[in-house]
Amino acid sequence: MISTLLTLLAQDSKLVPKWTNWSLFPESNSTFGPAVDGAFNFILWVCIFFFILVVALMVYFMVIYRRKSPNQLPKNAPTHNTMLEIFWTVIPSLLLVIMFARGFAGYVDMRTPPADSYEINVIAKKWSWTFQYPNGTTTDALHVPVGKNIRLNMRSEDVIHSLYIPTMRVKMDVVPGKYTYEWFNALRPGQQHLFCTEYCGKDHSNMITKCVVHPTEHDPNGDEEANLDMTFDEWLVYASDIRHNKNFQTNGEFDPVKAGASLYKTKGCMACHSLTDQRIANGGPPWGNLSRDIDSGAMIQLQDGSDVKVDENYIRESILAPNAKRRAGYGNMPSYQGQISDQEIDAIIAYIKSLSK
Amino acid sequence: MATDITHMPDSHAQPASALEPDYLHVSHGFASWAFTLDHKRIGIMYLVGVMAAFAMGGVFALLLRTELLTPGPGIMTADFYNQMFTLHGAIMTFLFIIPSVPGALGNFVVPIMLGTKDVAFPHMNLASFYLWVGGAIFFVLALVTGGLDTGWTFYTPYSTTTSTSVIAATFGAFILGFSSIFTGLNFIVTVHTMRAPGMGWFRIPLFVWAIYATAIIQVLATPVLGITLLMLIAERALGLGIFDPKMGGDPVLFQHFFWFYSHPAVYIMILPAMGIVSELISTYSRRHIFGYRFIAFSSVGLALLGFLVWGHHMFVSSQSSVSSVIFSALTFSVAIPSAVKVFNWLATMYRGSISLATPMCYALSFLFLFTIGGLTGLFLGTLVVDVPLHDTYFVVAHFHYVMMGGTLIAFLGGIFHWWPKMTGKMYNEFWGQVSSVVVFLGFNLTFFPQFILGTRGMPRRYYNYVPEFQNLHVMSTIGAYVLGIGLVIALGVLIHSLLRGKKAPDNPWGAATLEWQTTSPPPLYNFSYDPVGRDPYALHEMEYDASIDGYRRNPDLANLAPSH
Repeated sequence: MISTLLTLLAQDSKLVPKWTNWSLFPESNSTFGPAVDGAFNFILWVCIFFFILVVALMVYFMVIYRRKSPNQLPKNAPTHNTMLEIFWTVIPSLLLVIMFARGFAGYVDMRTPPADSYEINVIAKKWSWTFQYPNGTTTDALHVPVGKNIRLNMRSEDVIHSLYIPTMRVKMDVVPGKYTYEWFNALRPGQQHLFCTEYCGKDHSNMITKCVVHPTEHDPNGDEEANLDMTFDEWLVYASDIRHNKNFQTNGEFDPVKAGASLYKTKGCMACHSLTDQRIANGGPPWGNLSRDIDSGAMIQLQDGSDVKVDENYIRESILAPNAKRRAGYGNMPSYQGQISDQEIDAIIAYIKSLSK
Repeated sequence: MATDITHMPDSHAQPASALEPDYLHVSHGFASWAFTLDHKRIGIMYLVGVMAAFAMGGVFALLLRTELLTPGPGIMTADFYNQMFTLHGAIMTFLFIIPSVPGALGNFVVPIMLGTKDVAFPHMNLASFYLWVGGAIFFVLALVTGGLDTGWTFYTPYSTTTSTSVIAATFGAFILGFSSIFTGLNFIVTVHTMRAPGMGWFRIPLFVWAIYATAIIQVLATPVLGITLLMLIAERALGLGIFDPKMGGDPVLFQHFFWFYSHPAVYIMILPAMGIVSELISTYSRRHIFGYRFIAFSSVGLALLGFLVWGHHMFVSSQSSVSSVIFSALTFSVAIPSAVKVFNWLATMYRGSISLATPMCYALSFLFLFTIGGLTGLFLGTLVVDVPLHDTYFVVAHFHYVMMGGTLIAFLGGIFHWWPKMTGKMYNEFWGQVSSVVVFLGFNLTFFPQFILGTRGMPRRYYNYVPEFQNLHVMSTIGAYVLGIGLVIALGVLIHSLLRGKKAPDNPWGAATLEWQTTSPPPLYNFSYDPVGRDPYALHEMEYDASIDGYRRNPDLANLAPSH
């Protein structure tokens, strides 16, 4: 019965007059807005009422009962009144029950991500955010589609952080050693602040990035700088292209060698291929050697006894179908067919060629 | 003791000019202070100590506010800023607020209010002060040997991995915990066993009730802090995996331990302040306190309920949602006793004879600021509203309204109230009132904008911030300077009083509690007669005597007592 009453109180917003749509919060951009701002404003009005009551009485008493001579006695008044004291205990208690109920109802919603949510992984570390989308693309700003339930699955690589988007009204600590989550559904396209709100050391206050909400239709008028002209799907294709990755740029221009150096590690090449002339035990051809072979246009011998010229096409083929022309004296290599884009192959070739320079 | 108090000879209540030297002049020299067992001298030493700590924490606060005038680097580096806010918080919490009222005013006043010679364990009382000094030394040590940058909350795993002097600082806090326990234990035993004849439990002044409730928390909660800090030290020094997930620990466990102490500690900080305000409002309204028993029980109620709500600091910490819901519900229960006290104070002023002397100005300032501090707590207790507000400037503003607008302001009011008793000197009333007004205005200008900053999304513990927050930060910083000026005026008034103040009468305010029924300052053993417990709020019995510019008790007025 009590829970029914609580739910009723929490849901029947008619009990609470909508005095104003004004809010002290930044304008809400999530479906949580009404629950949070509504509860906030309800409490605010209760507080304003009691604050004015207390201060007005205080000032009124100060003025009219002001002591004018040192011996002025107080007027007669009771030193206690049980009915009055019970009254001012019970009335505030009822208001507190409403506050609790509204807070409870909204919170349950906040902690229950819908099953159809689009999931984005968040990795926090001192002092940056990494957002990883289902296709493996990673970015340092959070990008989401408008009007979709978004669930952030979060973990930390070092200390506790906290992911806070004021306009979305969501916040959750990101704790090492476990996964935490938060979810929201954005109302409008646009760009908003995303802060770290758990103190994490020197650059805690610079652990700030953007949450970019993309429109559902391509919008030629959208802010291009923030990629707000693109829909989320368009943006994801764009962001998956390594040429747009800021980490792979030098002076704002795409730098294939830089990209290749990174892919050498992230794609796992480094496990078998050294960057020198020294072969890793049971590994593949060392890339330092390979680089000079490309420069000189050398021929190498294959497993079946034939020769082949080492050039861009040979390397491309060796990545996508490594065992078609396996070099004499070397073992199998897994194929990267379907796991690597053309731009990434270009970058790796550029990197290999740069090694002899 | 079957003494019929209504027939006590009047001369007992009003000792003639005592031939006995007062406690300040009974002995001289450094050793007479350093090894004193007199609760009054220990109280004075505590007062000097906590004020020095407050001055240090205050200077750090002004440096922080100056840095925040502009986004980006200002007068200090990010590392230095992080150390400053950590030390500001740690010093203000552990070295100032927690020991302030019980250690300084409580030590001085409580035994006299109870009509006894001293506290139950005078040696333990002195030990408590030296433990405070020891803890303070470790804090200074941490400061000079690499600083401290964990925040006063020491959250793991940051605190177990940072390169700063965490062990020195936590060990300091560990020692300070024992100082607090010694004070609390002493007060509990003193209140139980050493009350004057005739002083039943409901004739104890409300300040003593508040100190008693505080002492219960100090004794029960502080050991948990000690254990927690020792575990932290063990993890850092020995690599025990209690909190660090890399070694199989749980970082959120630390938060549970920490707040299990630190939330009750909030009541260690605010309850004594409420006790002071009960004394001040009643005395300066010349009215019997309204609802004595409600106020007394609400102090004890807050002390007990305070143990059940620690999880409201952790709504977004990844504790279970069910826990959060339960802690939110319990949290609202704490709001009631505080609200009851505010209404009772107002009802005490009703039809009173209200003097706006300096202590009352501070008490009224407390009423205004604590009401804001308390009410804004409702936002943070409401789950769905706490989520966006947690760890923003809203929280910073809220707890400064409670801790500073509440405890510090009441502490200042208490100092001005008991100053004539402690020193035997009066102070300049006008400048005292000016200090309270400047502090009040500066305080609001500093912290009110922070509520708006927090709601707009400004996270706390930020060295750098997004430019849209700058205007409010500038307002807050200007307020901090005004507040600083107000506090310097208050200090100036007190120093001027020491040097030039005219002699204080025994009872300048017309208060009815026992400390005003002895000389100012009191003799070594507090009374030159055997005091008896009366109604501590029988203020109508006090009669003004222009020849001494003070009040005396007139037993003939006792019959005019308003019916209870």
